[in-house]
Amino acid sequence: MSRQLTYAQAIHEALGQAMEADERVFIMGEDIGVYGGAFQVTGDLVHRFGEDRVMDTPISELGAAGVAIGAALAGSRPILEFQFSDFAILAMEQIVNQAAKMRFMLGGKVSVPLVMRMPSGSGTGAAAQHSQSLEAWLAHVPGLKVIQPSTPHDAKGLLLAAIDDPDPVMVFEHKLLYKLKGEVPEVSYRVPIGKAIVRREGTHATIVAASIMVHRSLEAAEELAAEGIELEVIDLRSLRPLDTETIIASVKKTSRLVCVYEGVKMLGIGAEISAMIAESEAFDYLDAPILRLGGADSPIPYNPVLEKAAVPQTSGIVEGVRKLVKGRI
Amino acid sequence: MAKPATSRKSETDNLRPFYAQFAPDALKEALRRMILIRRFEEGAEEAYTRGLIHGTMHLSIGQEASAVGSTMMLRKSDYITSTHRGHGHCIGKGADPKLMFAEFFGKEEGYCHGRGGSMHIADAESGNLGANGIVAGGIPIAVGAALAIKKQKRDDVAVCFFGDGATNEGAFHEALNMAAIWKLPVIFVCENNKYGMSVSTERSMSVAHVADRAASYAMPGVIVDGNHIEDVAVAVGEAIARARAGGGPTLVECKTYRIRGHSKSDRNRYRSKEEIEDWKLRDPIGHFETELVARGMATPAEIAALNASVETEIAAGIEFARSGTDPNPSEVTRDVYTPGADP
Repeated sequence: MSRQLTYAQAIHEALGQAMEADERVFIMGEDIGVYGGAFQVTGDLVHRFGEDRVMDTPISELGAAGVAIGAALAGSRPILEFQFSDFAILAMEQIVNQAAKMRFMLGGKVSVPLVMRMPSGSGTGAAAQHSQSLEAWLAHVPGLKVIQPSTPHDAKGLLLAAIDDPDPVMVFEHKLLYKLKGEVPEVSYRVPIGKAIVRREGTHATIVAASIMVHRSLEAAEELAAEGIELEVIDLRSLRPLDTETIIASVKKTSRLVCVYEGVKMLGIGAEISAMIAESEAFDYLDAPILRLGGADSPIPYNPVLEKAAVPQTSGIVEGVRKLVKGRI
Repeated sequence: MAKPATSRKSETDNLRPFYAQFAPDALKEALRRMILIRRFEEGAEEAYTRGLIHGTMHLSIGQEASAVGSTMMLRKSDYITSTHRGHGHCIGKGADPKLMFAEFFGKEEGYCHGRGGSMHIADAESGNLGANGIVAGGIPIAVGAALAIKKQKRDDVAVCFFGDGATNEGAFHEALNMAAIWKLPVIFVCENNKYGMSVSTERSMSVAHVADRAASYAMPGVIVDGNHIEDVAVAVGEAIARARAGGGPTLVECKTYRIRGHSKSDRNRYRSKEEIEDWKLRDPIGHFETELVARGMATPAEIAALNASVETEIAAGIEFARSGTDPNPSEVTRDVYTPGADP
């Protein structure tokens, strides 16, 4: 019987293993010490590793991001936790102007081995400033890597790969996934950054999703299978670098593309994937227009019914795909 | 309650240790670096005027004493973070002007292979963690470098250069607070040249001196005459010694003045000719030369020889840069990521 951990426990285990393996690794962030982190991800790590390696910072996102960058430049391996990805906006200057460009501006003479973790996404009733999906913002910036694990297994493996990585990696964790259980090997393993995975094979359409949208897409695929529609579901895992090969190969096979993403639909990751397919050899294989199911053109509302309506849900994916596939079969 | 530690040292207090601490050769080297910075910037300005360099640049002419007075107190393993007005810091920390010129000319031979230009110039090898186009951008980065130093149990320090304008940005305050609560080995060297681009400190700051802001973070705040290298070196030297010994950060405010405009677009509408002329009389290089000669530590002939050798170095540097290699357009995305890290 394989061991089951939650997504949060898997991240916690990765952090602990990374700190055990490499004394340069430390974590910093708001309330990550005795409080254990707003989502209890760091938990007891401060008791295992001490306050020097599990550092509570003041509420200074911009400053803390700069401190992490400076520490990375000077030979440490910092992991910075933003309490919510929405708060990374306060640190955008350091993330975009500094971390992402430092290596390039200095002619490749330095690297910035830095990890920034941030809980993101809606569904917790936390309203407009604690529920955003901003991954496409950061994926727009050359110099950053952006990952979005969907399972406990990937949450651990991708994070360990991010900690090894010589360049700054932004990790978008989904708040609704923290309690999700799944198989997680005890050993320290890596899931490569920049490689998507086909979660379900199918023939009628390809869904490209990440994070929690992978689960909703798989649920939709299960429902639609009963109607004879076989969906292929790709879990991106990384937004930057983007695994275009896996997507192109799948679209060539299924001839239909559906992008499902929680971020605002306009100019989101689905827009990029759609355009990439339209420019690729897979374009000639398309039998139907590309379908994007993204977040509403609205901040995330507080009311639970509205909150659900603001981002793709399983029922909406089922409906959208059914129309796309049946309309042309 | 922390007591405001802002202090003003009298000149006589400062002069004695400085001239006793260093051998004449070391002081002459400091003078040579100041002259090198001045001639480097004049050379760059001329090349810009002649259309050989594009973009823009921010000259620190008139501010050479704070750059050299600070960096002469450092080891190679110490770090600095620099600013958009950073040529002096770069040369002070040990960069080769020839490779800086090559960077200005956008050549592969430049420190940043032509990718950074004047505003991002840095010799990472010499502990320069980068010049910065964001005025307070380097401040938390210096604090982070100091944090790494402390974690690695080294007795190095990080010297963080910034201007008066940067102290009105949030990053300055967040960074000083963290440096203070964690007692980090970082020295904040503010080069207060009176103007954040066109807006004077009187119009932009609620306190009279940048150093007054140190009291908010319970760290020493020291004001020095930034055009007097001996004042800068003594204050920064004391701060470095305290930092190496685990005593935490210091804010040193160097009162200085930039003789040139903010950048190449400046028409000097916000200050008077008289003010500029007045500050020219307080030239940091002239002051240092006078002091060295008066103390018998250098002769006018030696200073003339220094100037001549710098002129030769600058001319050779520009020639080197002009004959450099233009980057290949097919390599536009080189060095965005570390090679080998891609899947």
